[in-house]
Amino acid sequence: MSIIDKTDAVLEPRAEDFDGPLLEVRDLHVEFHTRDGVAKAVNGVNYTVDAGETLAVLGESGSGKSVTAQAIMGILDMPPGRISKGEIMFRGQDLLKLTEEERRRIRGRRIAMIFQDALSSLNPVLSVGYQLGEMFRVHQGLSKKDAKAKAIEMMDRVKIPAAAARVNDYPHQFSGGMRQRIMIAMALALEPDLIIADEPTTALDVTVQAQVMDLLAELQREYRMGLILITHDLGVVADVADKIAVMYAGRIVERAPVHELYKSPAHPYTKGLLDSIPRLDQKGQELYAIKGLPPNLTRIPSGCAFNPRCPKAQDICRTDVPPLHPVTAADGTELVGRASACHFWKETING
Amino acid sequence: MAELSKKDEPVDATPNVSEVAEIDAHSEEEAVAAIEAPVERGEPILQVRNLVKHFPLTQGILFKKQVGAVKAVDGVSFDLYQGETLGIVGESGCGKSTVAKLLMNLERATAGEIFYKGQDITRLSGRALKAVRRNIQMVFQDPYTSLNPRMTVGDIIGEPFDIHPEVAPKGDRRKRVQELLDVVGLNPEYINRYPHQFSGGQRQRIGIARGLALNPEIIICDEPVSALDVSVQAQVINLMERLQDEFNLSYIFIAHDLSIVRHISDRVGVMYLGKVAEIGTDVQIYDHPTHPYTQALLSAVPVPDPESREGRERIILTGDVPSPANPPSGCRFRTRCWKAQDKCATEVPLLAVPERFKGSDSPAAHESACHFAEEKDVVHAA
Repeated sequence: MSIIDKTDAVLEPRAEDFDGPLLEVRDLHVEFHTRDGVAKAVNGVNYTVDAGETLAVLGESGSGKSVTAQAIMGILDMPPGRISKGEIMFRGQDLLKLTEEERRRIRGRRIAMIFQDALSSLNPVLSVGYQLGEMFRVHQGLSKKDAKAKAIEMMDRVKIPAAAARVNDYPHQFSGGMRQRIMIAMALALEPDLIIADEPTTALDVTVQAQVMDLLAELQREYRMGLILITHDLGVVADVADKIAVMYAGRIVERAPVHELYKSPAHPYTKGLLDSIPRLDQKGQELYAIKGLPPNLTRIPSGCAFNPRCPKAQDICRTDVPPLHPVTAADGTELVGRASACHFWKETING
Repeated sequence: MAELSKKDEPVDATPNVSEVAEIDAHSEEEAVAAIEAPVERGEPILQVRNLVKHFPLTQGILFKKQVGAVKAVDGVSFDLYQGETLGIVGESGCGKSTVAKLLMNLERATAGEIFYKGQDITRLSGRALKAVRRNIQMVFQDPYTSLNPRMTVGDIIGEPFDIHPEVAPKGDRRKRVQELLDVVGLNPEYINRYPHQFSGGQRQRIGIARGLALNPEIIICDEPVSALDVSVQAQVINLMERLQDEFNLSYIFIAHDLSIVRHISDRVGVMYLGKVAEIGTDVQIYDHPTHPYTQALLSAVPVPDPESREGRERIILTGDVPSPANPPSGCRFRTRCWKAQDKCATEVPLLAVPERFKGSDSPAAHESACHFAEEKDVVHAA
């Protein structure tokens, strides 16, 4: 295990002078070459995250939300994956143009990731203290002893009771919620600028989920980090996000500040998702269900990828890919931060 | 050997033996008859009384010594009425899936009774048990692992007929399987396909078709939609509601997603550490919860409405669920409860209508196992 040089000039100044967005993904395309053909997992994704902001990326399995995150982190399996196009600007620097060695310095220190399944993301044969301390040993060159002290400090910070006594325990000795806290501690260890949380609470029970999300939000405020929250749970998103990007078949189909998305969705897919949540006044009635299945990524439908499942689909939807239109209110005033990739967004937003 | 010993027996003993056998056959006959008899809508079809399941914890290799027990289910009682849906919610490890296995008789109960149409199924065997098993079927959580990848869909759905050939005669089976595929909304021509050729939602439909094959009266659904995508969940829930009306089924619906449980259930039971904390109609539980655990659970659910996030009061429990091998004394929830007092550590609260609500017809008057039960509306609080 080599120690990453801590006195590294390229990225070390915390770049306070840079005033663009913290992270900007531009026209990202990712494809996977499989035996059944080329699966186009991400097809032109654009989003930005500012410091202290929470962006929720919402989508079903296969919508490309995790692949986008892996591309940002630089942990995409290549091959079979391939980034065919696009830029990932982190503080004004294109991550995709960096060498592997330069990316390693960013990974963990500036951009960190929290994974869904803490049990399988932690190494079962190493103690949690050792795994947490690895961040400090590798990135900052601390000694084993100092790293362990730091690890205890981090465990305290994520509110693991009796951290000093548990630092030598192994992952299986912790409960699911505690394991997820260790994942959070690991991600926060070097106080990164951006955290990517990929379904951080999906595997947890609701009461524990609330604890973990609260902790994450609190620490995010404290460190003023950017957070990309990847999830399929509309409830979690409503609770913590500032803005939302809804993905479908590798594209962003709608982008909006959180309050407006729930109030007036501008894409039929978002509308369908919101309508399919059981509501009190609908008890005993049939739930609204989006018909059909998400598309196979090796054979994405022509035109709008959602057209075979869309109740509003017309001929134009089958031939023309809708660009991400900026959305305006009924009287023509611009709605800040809103966009919809639907030919008929006007009709959708107005009823 | 059996033949030989019969011959050796004294002649005068023979009538006794045959008499006993006759009585057994007779009671079995009765049991089967009771099980086959129809139940009126709204009558209890399944009654669970003080159900207990302890899994022993052993130590040693050759001489296994029991050192304790995981009290997975510890005194659970409830009724299921014909034609209704009973939702069971709770965190992982609270014993809800063990209850499902006990009801299916896949696990033998340590103590307690399960009456199906008046017959205690924990004591049945042979023909009567087989008849019960035909009438109680299960739909599993994970449609990826609950279907055998080497069997075709036709074989999977038709397999129950091998064990219960009286339901569908041999020549009829293929037709019957195709009917079932049609009922659950799959193309009947898919009968020769394998599970990997289907998506998650379609596989769950196959699982449901298998559950329906023997015309059961009760279907136990253990987290049937939690492995599915949001847009597909609604499809499966709608299908299950349609089938309930069509085939007059009673459901036990186990899930951790409280909004889905509320949508589909007539009554809801909340479990915590092997016990029922609170049980009542959906309105009673969701709008007028009286048990602190239910209140915490409901308030922790993320609501898909950003308007509510500032105003909503959230009860965030500290800590994790204690180990069921060593549950707290008295009330099991007391270690995480903000209302806990000395009484809670010594006295086990019984599942009953709380004293203060007795006789009132307010929706708060439902069974709740808490010494200090009081109503608190956590869902609408603003």
